[in-house]
Amino acid sequence: MDTAPALFQFADFSFRYGAHAALADITLSIGKGEKVALLGPSGAGKSTLLEQLYRQQPHCSALQPQGGGLVDLLSVYQNIFIGGLDRVGTCAALWNLVRPLSAQRAEITDLVQRLGLQDKFWHSVDRLSGGQRQRVALGRALFRKQPVFLGDEPVSSVDPVQAQTLLTQVLQQHETAVVCLHSRQLALELFERIIVLRQGRVLCDCATADLSIEQLDEFYQQDGSSEPIAPADTTTDGWVIRTS
Amino acid sequence: MIKIGYRFWQPHSSVRRLNLICLLMIGMAGLALLGVDFERYPVDPWQELSRLGMGLLLPGWDDGEVLLRALLHTVAFALLAVAVAAPVGLLLAICFRWRLVRLLCAAVRSVHELFWGLIFMQLFGISPITGLLAIIVPFSGVFAKVFAEIFDQQSPLPAQTVPVAAGVFKRTLYTLIPQSWSALVSYTRYRFECALRSSAILGFIGLPTLGFHLETAFKQGQYSEAGALMWAFLILIASIRFWLRPWLLVPYLIAAVWLLPETPGFSNGGSLWRFISVDIWPAALLSGNWSELLEWGRFMLVEQVWPGTVQTILLTQVAVVLTGIVVLVTYPFATQALAGPVVRWPGRFVLLVLRCTPEMVLAFVLLLLFGPSGLPVVLALALHNGGLIAFLVANASDADYRNPMIRADDLRKAKRYAYVETPRRFPAMLAFLFYRWEVILRESAIMGILGVATLGFYIDSAFEEIRYDRAFLLIMVTAALNMLVDSLSRRMRGAFKHPAHIK
Repeated sequence: MDTAPALFQFADFSFRYGAHAALADITLSIGKGEKVALLGPSGAGKSTLLEQLYRQQPHCSALQPQGGGLVDLLSVYQNIFIGGLDRVGTCAALWNLVRPLSAQRAEITDLVQRLGLQDKFWHSVDRLSGGQRQRVALGRALFRKQPVFLGDEPVSSVDPVQAQTLLTQVLQQHETAVVCLHSRQLALELFERIIVLRQGRVLCDCATADLSIEQLDEFYQQDGSSEPIAPADTTTDGWVIRTS
Repeated sequence: MIKIGYRFWQPHSSVRRLNLICLLMIGMAGLALLGVDFERYPVDPWQELSRLGMGLLLPGWDDGEVLLRALLHTVAFALLAVAVAAPVGLLLAICFRWRLVRLLCAAVRSVHELFWGLIFMQLFGISPITGLLAIIVPFSGVFAKVFAEIFDQQSPLPAQTVPVAAGVFKRTLYTLIPQSWSALVSYTRYRFECALRSSAILGFIGLPTLGFHLETAFKQGQYSEAGALMWAFLILIASIRFWLRPWLLVPYLIAAVWLLPETPGFSNGGSLWRFISVDIWPAALLSGNWSELLEWGRFMLVEQVWPGTVQTILLTQVAVVLTGIVVLVTYPFATQALAGPVVRWPGRFVLLVLRCTPEMVLAFVLLLLFGPSGLPVVLALALHNGGLIAFLVANASDADYRNPMIRADDLRKAKRYAYVETPRRFPAMLAFLFYRWEVILRESAIMGILGVATLGFYIDSAFEEIRYDRAFLLIMVTAALNMLVDSLSRRMRGAFKHPAHIK
């Protein structure tokens, strides 16, 4: 970790959306070849951090944003093809909308088989289920063929067995990966380093070997137990759902 | 508008801002009424009106072939112009981040199709190229602006997953265009309807479209022929969705090229440069005679620019407020909730007629009734634009009515109008009205061609006297005025939500 050159680096970095502080005093560096899982309750700033990571290395990163960023009207094939737009010329890209290019078609057929979507190849993605859409988005990121993968809950809608297989594939194909996850199990099994965020701050940043699932659970529970410490709002009757 | 608004909304709500804007607009219209020329001329409107009514009830046409050819020419110009302008607009929309492109688009769309027609006519005569360019040039600017606005509303996420190295063109091709495809197509469809109207009124300056025959028929008092033309145009527009099918586009376009009128005009490439470098500049400027130039400038400002601008603005302000009143009065008659399932249909029909008939044609007819004053212009603008907006407002109301969750409150008739429908539609209605403000200004300038003393009157006279220097200056002033109102209306629209795109 110390020897690898740093790919991403933050020193006392803060980021706010209007009045809301999404990230506060983040200091961290991620080197080439690291596989990092980002954990933390929703609203902790994971997506924002991922976006900032992408901004640091846009030319060598394949980003899979939350929701996938699919284009509804286009087919599974075309949506995955988008990942390789930089490898074809403008005329070829235009023609591909009318008639798929044969080389790309063969390659994407292979990829789609690995994703288990072969029977949906020409369906427009607005007709697919959430899990299927997520696999298309993953396909696009894989088709980018970049050394770095940045994924925001890339397999959250896929069943657990398939999620593990797909994530393993992604990690094999990319030299470096930073992935936001909800599943602590997957994080412990597949990643070497885990960063836990809460309320825009880094709560824990250590090697997976030093962590157990119980310890991780605690980070989430602390979030719940920290609530009562704040003075309770007695003026409101009824109850409030807090998401962050 | 104000009174209705005041009852429903608490003063501390955001509606205070809306009311203030309304009050401002009404106040300006009130002031405008003092200065506008509304003189009635001793024409007997009832006699004319009855003849016109008879003409509409008993339309007739001796030479069916001429009518058919005029219709086909109108469609051919509109189809070809949109087929060129929409892709050009799309390309411009892709580079809309560049200030130069935005400025260029604002400039070309601030000059009315008829003025473009008059300009190109000096270069190409009464030829197909004149008619096509007159629509293509301003429409490209409008397409670019609206397409760029549609792009802005799309999710930026898909673009983030595209390789940076792919470049803006390929990225837009695979993300923004497919993302917004249905919005782009439906706007293009609406613009085609506008192009049909533009193509028809280009007949007023001599192109062989419907407007040409309409003007001739009215001037010769052949009201049954005029009636037949009006009906033909109405049916043409009302039936667009039945005959304009995607798979028919290619054969249509080929037919349109073949159908363009054969009048060759005079295509003189050399005169273009002369036109730009010599004709449109005052002689005194070219010869460097400054005192003469000053005299020219003084004359233009005092005799033409100032009075023309003032009349144009005054008529616009009155027309905008009157449009709002027309909307508030007419929309309930076309809604399911207020007019009921039966009365709604004649209501919709009347609004459709108003929406389909170009302002110019309405104004032309009203001029015959009231003589050449501001009154027919204001009425024509208010009726056409009011009909257009009321149609959209009624559609929005019907869409809500189908939704039982929103429909739950069961107030009826007048109470429902005052307490439910109008307050719900009011912000969208105002937004539409401000979108049309710029259009109304452009139209009231162009109405001068019919003899009312707005800017268009002086521009038309300048072209007739072959004083291109004057025409050029006046067109520039008109364009600047338009861009000013455009930016003003954009700011005022910021006070409320964006509705669907209608311009």
